[in-house]
Amino acid sequence: MSAENDQHPRDKQAGRRDFLKQSSAMMALALTPPLVIKAAAHDEAIAGIFEKMPVNMEINGKKMQLSVEPRTTLLDLLREQLALTGTKKGCDHGQCGACTVHVNGRRINSCLTLAVMQEGNQVTTIEGIANGDQLHPVQEAFIKHDGFQCGYCTPGQIMSAVACIREGHAGSPEQIREFMSGNICRCGAYDNIVNAIVDVKSGGKTV
Amino acid sequence: MNQFSYVRPANLKAAIDAVAKDKSARFIAGGTNLLDLMKSGVVTSEKLVDINRLPLKDIQLSEGALHIGALVLNSDLAAHDLVKTQHPLLSQALLAGASQQLRNMATVGGNMMQRTRCTYFYDTTMPCNKRAPNSGCGAIGGINRMHAIFGASDSCIAVHPSDMCVALAALDAMVLVTGPKGSRRIPFTDFHRLPGNTPQLDNNLGKGELITAVEIPSNHFTKNIYYLKVRDRASYAFALVSVAVALDIRDGVIHEARLAMGGVAHKPWRLPEAEKALAGKAPTAENFRIAAGIATQSAKAYKHNMFKPALALNSIQTALQKAASV
Ligand SMILES: Cc1cc2nc3c(=O)[nH]c(=O)nc-3n(C[C@H](O)[C@H](O)[C@H](O)COP(=O)(O)OP(=O)(O)OC[C@H]3O[C@@H](n4cnc5c(N)ncnc54)[C@H](O)[C@@H]3O)c2cc1C
Ligand code: SF4
Ligand code: FES
Ligand code: FES
Repeated sequence: MSAENDQHPRDKQAGRRDFLKQSSAMMALALTPPLVIKAAAHDEAIAGIFEKMPVNMEINGKKMQLSVEPRTTLLDLLREQLALTGTKKGCDHGQCGACTVHVNGRRINSCLTLAVMQEGNQVTTIEGIANGDQLHPVQEAFIKHDGFQCGYCTPGQIMSAVACIREGHAGSPEQIREFMSGNICRCGAYDNIVNAIVDVKSGGKTV
Repeated sequence: MNQFSYVRPANLKAAIDAVAKDKSARFIAGGTNLLDLMKSGVVTSEKLVDINRLPLKDIQLSEGALHIGALVLNSDLAAHDLVKTQHPLLSQALLAGASQQLRNMATVGGNMMQRTRCTYFYDTTMPCNKRAPNSGCGAIGGINRMHAIFGASDSCIAVHPSDMCVALAALDAMVLVTGPKGSRRIPFTDFHRLPGNTPQLDNNLGKGELITAVEIPSNHFTKNIYYLKVRDRASYAFALVSVAVALDIRDGVIHEARLAMGGVAHKPWRLPEAEKALAGKAPTAENFRIAAGIATQSAKAYKHNMFKPALALNSIQTALQKAASV
């Protein structure tokens, strides 16, 4: 994965330079450069309409310094800028769950959050859950139980399933169905997905 | 999405200023409704003010009332011990909404401010008085299966889509807001508006005003409560009709009742006459039937939601029975 290489420092510098130039020109802000940079590093941050903004995130255990436009969603950052295409775009409107990732350990729809809102956060995608060549127990269970057909919804299903078990919401098939309802499968692999989750949950492995 | 500038203010005042002083600026919390609307071109904002780092994430008891910060996540609120033990109706309503992923993003303030799911409102090629004032209402003569049966107007028949808000309306919550002119408290039932001839206004929040918290007064509705949601699929769908019931039953008599509905009006719909009809009565099927009849008396349906008054009536009875027999 050449994720970090995609983010050449030049890009970032240019972004920050534009950012300073435009902040003062467009928004007539009387901020001195050191102050702006300091603000960006702390809670107060600002990016103009056509500017890229520096963002720090830890993605699948790797610390990354990125530069994004304010309107870039976390999903688009992962797929388009970092080539982490395991996370899928189904609907882009929160209606299907294909884009499910974990942020600070919790599952969210990455299509409905901005990358700039994730400053300082830890993001885990489907690419980050196996232990080297050793598949994650939920990945293994999906294979064993045929928890997919075309596979498009599967990364989202697996990320959601891992979180569902960790949250303690995999106590019964009924509870699994309710707490997995945010992941739609057009192939209708639901029964096998539930079986896979029940299997992992009753197998007692740490997920 | 259109391009926009982004600010992440360090304190409340800076956030309020940023929105108050810029016509097209908006707060962004979870982003689950705003970004959806911006991607659809329904909302175009040139500046987003990220409020997520503001200290509005606490849940605590203060002078008997439960104080809930506006940035508390829907999932955290539903799972909080104080909510589960003291206001279980709110917990049930929250868990009936959206999906766990979305509840992990959605905030209390954002949930209150979410916009209608009327398909004409979402479709920018269609007339809609709410999205484009005076362009007409696509739903009145169009497909209106999901639409209102109470309090609608000739300008708009949309419904408020929230589940959380139905429980908060039933529980007599207070909304705490702070704006450029200071802070104020708004009773929850006065927060959202009926459409009248200004359907572009969903609620009474002023420009630059920020919801900081919601407060629920202490009550006796810990046991006989129920949130019933009727929808096209068993989960992850908006309500056709929902009913929040809270009963305080002592010695076989309903001491106090609270009833509110979702999916039926432009705001969470309290049913005060039905509540009055239940007070002092025994929790019997017959009394529930009478109350449900009173509650739905003024219902007015449109071409495709003719089923809703009967669905509402039956849902109220079912919810009352479920609440009473817990
Ligand atoms: C597929 C899908 C299914 C859903 N199903 C349901 C459902 O069944 N039931 C249900 O109730 N909801 C449902 N929702 C809606 C969801 O609950 C809302 O999108 C969510 O609650 C909005 O909260 P947010 O923090 O993400 O708001 P944002 O999207 O960040 O903001 C929404 C609006 O609120 C304003 N705002 C945010 N915080 C404040 C504040 N503190 N003060 C003033 N203004 C503020 C913003 O400016 C914006 O205009 C669903 C959503 C999706 C996408
Ligand atoms: S019902 Fe309201 S929101 Fe829907 S089209 Fe009519 S005016 Fe717009
Ligand atoms: S792509 Fe995010 S929910 Fe469908
Ligand atoms: S496996 Fe095809 S969509 Fe789920």
